[in-house]
Amino acid sequence: MSTEIASTAGVPDAPAVRASRPDGKWLIGFALPVFLALAWEVAVATQIVNGRLLPTPSKVIMTLVDLANSGELLDHVLATLWRVALGFVFGVAAGTLVGAVSGYWTIVRRVIDPSLQALRNIPSIAWVPMFILWFGIFETSKVILIAVGVFFPIYLALSGAILGVDRKLVEVGRIFRFSHREMITRILLPATLPSYIIALRSGLGLGWMFVVAAEFMGAEQGLGFLLVDGQQTGRPAVILASITSFAILGKLTDWLLASVSARFLKWQDGFKPAE
Amino acid sequence: MLDISGVSKRYPNGLLALAGLNLAVAQGEIVAIVGGSGCGKSTALRLVSGLDMPSSGSVSLDGTPVTAPREEIGLVFQEPRLMPWLTIEQNVAFGIRHLPAAEQVSRVSEALARVGLDSHAGHWPRELSGGQAQRVSLARALVGRPKVLLLDEPFSALDALTRGDLQDHLLDLWAYDRPTMILVTHDIEEALFLADRIVVMQPNPGRVRTEVVPPVARPRDRLNGEFLNWKYKLLRELDHASRPPSGDESFPAAAI
Ligand SMILES: Nc1ncnc2c1ncn2[C@@H]1O[C@H](COP(=O)(O)OP(=O)(O)OP(=O)(O)O)[C@@H](O)[C@H]1O
Ligand SMILES: [Mg+2]
Repeated sequence: MSTEIASTAGVPDAPAVRASRPDGKWLIGFALPVFLALAWEVAVATQIVNGRLLPTPSKVIMTLVDLANSGELLDHVLATLWRVALGFVFGVAAGTLVGAVSGYWTIVRRVIDPSLQALRNIPSIAWVPMFILWFGIFETSKVILIAVGVFFPIYLALSGAILGVDRKLVEVGRIFRFSHREMITRILLPATLPSYIIALRSGLGLGWMFVVAAEFMGAEQGLGFLLVDGQQTGRPAVILASITSFAILGKLTDWLLASVSARFLKWQDGFKPAE
Repeated sequence: MLDISGVSKRYPNGLLALAGLNLAVAQGEIVAIVGGSGCGKSTALRLVSGLDMPSSGSVSLDGTPVTAPREEIGLVFQEPRLMPWLTIEQNVAFGIRHLPAAEQVSRVSEALARVGLDSHAGHWPRELSGGQAQRVSLARALVGRPKVLLLDEPFSALDALTRGDLQDHLLDLWAYDRPTMILVTHDIEEALFLADRIVVMQPNPGRVRTEVVPPVARPRDRLNGEFLNWKYKLLRELDHASRPPSGDESFPAAAI
């Protein structure tokens, strides 16, 4: 591994290296939101519009700072992060296991895939009443709801991608008499890694979606609770503070996932768009 | 002793790729298979390797039928088929994953040195040229030191010089381990240089046209007069093999 790094480091202008070097071009992504925020700020300040129902960005930031100073924000963030993390881990584990097995063994796929496809079409929120009956109102039902949301994209992507793995590579494994387990872990999973990682990211996105639903169904803490609380106490700034936190956390965790996984995709020889 | 007897292969789409192939290869013998594109050479190697099962007939090695891939049978595919997510050395180590790590390292570097790629050990497959990738796949098959080595046009993407080098290496290796080899090639000179026996195949359906045992002593010299004589004789044979059996002259003879 280290020899590989040494050997490409000597190449000054390899496109991959250039693309990942922070050169400020990514800042351009901030232009639009900053412009909109400023425009809203000016519009409210000049009283062209009323800022009561849609508070200005500065008001939202102040609310966030207040919440942070009182320690409340951290508690909410940690509660929500913990639920998302647990649900994500369980959903990924189940989705990976079931997806790999059903992609590999036709008989398993024939048995379980139709049912899973049917279940997939139930909006997961519809499970909420059932989960509350089964698992109570507390953490278990929330984590399970999130895990269910994460499960499907992982299962679908993985079982589909395994069927798409190049037969020629699988035959190399057969020539070397790989066991079923080796075939899955040493050929099928690595070969499907690019689509798997995309599935992880969309699963994580769904995890964030479902945590809100989970926290709507009664929670004493969490960003979703903050949303409900803001609504019930008539404080739109709190709602927006919570939404902003969701945006930041969602983006941050996705970025984390993407950058960790990029390490495992160094081998890819894909299309690199021109700048 | 590798015994291919009465082997036919019909693919699921109905195409009869091989019809009654018979070939017995003695332990340590080198047999070359030549013949035009599509006459079933790769199909034959797949059957011998145990990757596919014949529709009729059987393949056996030392008396036991080959019904699945076996440790003592190595196959070099026509395409390199390297795992793109593994470095070159990891790809080569693929076939000896059960050995202790230290032994893997020494065997892999030995095999890579043999194909002239020891300096590329840490590279990714995407960073290799076609011929380099082909050599890595050869190293991957050699590293396990199989008793039977099946080679499907292993040098087709190489320049004459590298090809000559690798042919010499292959003979060195053969002198050392004495593996049985079946080598598919489009290159008559290569067949003559390496093989004890040359099997000429013909298509539609794939079968053996003739077998030639060139009485050229080893070590062979590619520029020796007798060697060149045999080369022309074989070229003529191949030209015939690629014509339709009726000898219909309206069908142009394919160039080999
Ligand atoms: N998986 C398959 N399904 C159906 N037909 C196949 C399959 N593989 C090969 N064939 C057909 O079988 C015949 C023999 O193919 P094969 O690959 O053995 O030829 P070959 O002698 O190796 O040719 P080449 O020199 O071009 O590699 C061809 O007509 C080919 O179209
Ligand atoms: Mg072939």
